[in-house]
Amino acid sequence: MSENENEQVSKNRLHGLWALTNRDLKKWYKAPIVFLLTILQPIVWMGLLGKSLNLGAIFSLAQIPHVAFNPPLTLAQLGQLSSAINGLSASIMRNTFGVTDYFSFIAMGLVSLATLFTASFSGMSVVWDRRTGFLSKALSTPVSKSLIILSKVLSAALRSVFQAGIVVVVAIVFGLKFGTNFTAFSILGVFAVVFLIAMGLSSIFITINLRATRIETPQAVLTLFTLPIIFASNAFFPINLMPSWLQIIANVNPLSYTTDAVRRLMIFSNGIGKFPFSLPFDFAYVGIFAAVATTIGVVLSWRFLNK
Amino acid sequence: MSEDVIKAEGLTKVFNGRLIAVDHINFSVKHGEIFGFLGPNGAGKTTTINMLITLLRPTEGRASILGSDIAKENVEVRNSIGLVPQEYTADEDLTGYENMLLCADLYGIPRTVSKKRAIDLLNLVELADFKDKLVQTYSGGMRRRLELSCGLINRPKVLFLDEPTLGLDVQTRVATWNYVRMLKKEFGMTLFMTTHYLEEADALCDRIAIIDHGKIMVIGTPEELKASLGGDIIKLAIQDGADITGLVKKINHVVDVKKENDAYLIRAENGEVTAPLIIEALRREGHVVTRLSLSKPTLNEVYLQYTGKSMRDFEELGSRHGSEDDI
Repeated sequence: MSENENEQVSKNRLHGLWALTNRDLKKWYKAPIVFLLTILQPIVWMGLLGKSLNLGAIFSLAQIPHVAFNPPLTLAQLGQLSSAINGLSASIMRNTFGVTDYFSFIAMGLVSLATLFTASFSGMSVVWDRRTGFLSKALSTPVSKSLIILSKVLSAALRSVFQAGIVVVVAIVFGLKFGTNFTAFSILGVFAVVFLIAMGLSSIFITINLRATRIETPQAVLTLFTLPIIFASNAFFPINLMPSWLQIIANVNPLSYTTDAVRRLMIFSNGIGKFPFSLPFDFAYVGIFAAVATTIGVVLSWRFLNK
Repeated sequence: MSEDVIKAEGLTKVFNGRLIAVDHINFSVKHGEIFGFLGPNGAGKTTTINMLITLLRPTEGRASILGSDIAKENVEVRNSIGLVPQEYTADEDLTGYENMLLCADLYGIPRTVSKKRAIDLLNLVELADFKDKLVQTYSGGMRRRLELSCGLINRPKVLFLDEPTLGLDVQTRVATWNYVRMLKKEFGMTLFMTTHYLEEADALCDRIAIIDHGKIMVIGTPEELKASLGGDIIKLAIQDGADITGLVKKINHVVDVKKENDAYLIRAENGEVTAPLIIEALRREGHVVTRLSLSKPTLNEVYLQYTGKSMRDFEELGSRHGSEDDI
């Protein structure tokens, strides 16, 4: 190797990070079927969960059992009753979910669900690299263990941002009702908070699987944790209506803050008093979670990421 | 700078505080040498390689590569070595060329340099025509060649080959040997390889260390090791049942004679010359030789002798001789 080349090499510390990240991303965007499925996934969820769980329809005149009014109501009175019920329904919905339609509420919850699933698969990628021998090859090069872990975290975060974008677009097509504060920059805010939570979550899934040698381990971890994490958050249901023990968990769960941030950016209007904290607090909470989880993953990798 | 490219002193690896995988081994590899670690499965070959390439930390002892300590200066070590691992480690979802560039990236080699170098190396291992095909479509031999060229992307001064021909057919194995020889010639590299194929060690290595139970049993050139067994083996039978042991023992170059059933096993130096002498001597005494075979010692015997996987009896050795040249 000439001296000139040696000089060039030493400048490129992050070269390896991007190479490894891009390798993981290529497995996804270069495989048309995998890529298509990632796009289809939120559409299916949105159609099944978002549209079928139409909680708003519960609070309508049609759902109220016929009461025999004596004397019978006049048409004008019926109209008054109907609008009163509709007003009541809107107010119940707004107080419960912060918006008048449940679809908008759950559609933004699906951003969190998609991110959680994408992040949870990064644990598998570590085990897979170990099984195929790629990990030991990478470990024998000058690339540090931290960069190997960070590349997995980064690729999970970038994929999650892409997925979040798809969810948002699909939601808009399906009739998402924007909040009064919505601007084009809100979508950038969604990407930012999704990037952070995906970093944190994927770091956790990677850390759990640092020593795993069997592909069943990350699968078991994924099955055990993903649904409880999503249900113990505000993704599908408001925290204040949960039993108190679950509220404690949901209030610690960083996914709750992610979902809250996404809703504040996209669908909530001013004057929502029901929801604790604020957008800056959500970002701070998720940001600190991401920083701590990633740091733990990197530090543990120095000791535990081996062949 | 000393001539020793690799130097190990009391290198030891103990797993879980109990299992001694590598037990205080000492050896040194000189510049431009192909040094082979030969031993049965589980002898400690791969553990030794993993310590030298800084994947495992030694429990005790030390080793250095080009003067850099493997435990303390692992970035320097990693920059100067290349690895061709036992498994196929190339990413199946990428093409051969993409894999080469990825390897280069991991060494921090800029794309301006690595693009050309990747093509050169793929040409070298005759994969240039397949460079844009996904690795999952490659045959075993092609993947092995890709591993080889990936291991060379950083122009290593020392190349580690861990069981380079494991599971390959005979043709591919011989082709791989030719590549290894070419590498040594073309780049003047020092090569450290492990194998459990005796003929591979014999064909490739300048020096061999036989390792078993984590200990180096013997180090030497293949010729030295074979010579250490003390000569060729002549197996003969005569028509009558007379005992010719005493007679044969008196012949020049004959080291030892033993009777095995109807045949005699004669250990002698320089068998090609000694065999006719024996036939001549026997004829003079009126014995008719009905059968005779001569075999040269192979690394097999050396190996079996040091790894103790067979009886060390002379008879046993004679009956296990690999390449028998019938006369």
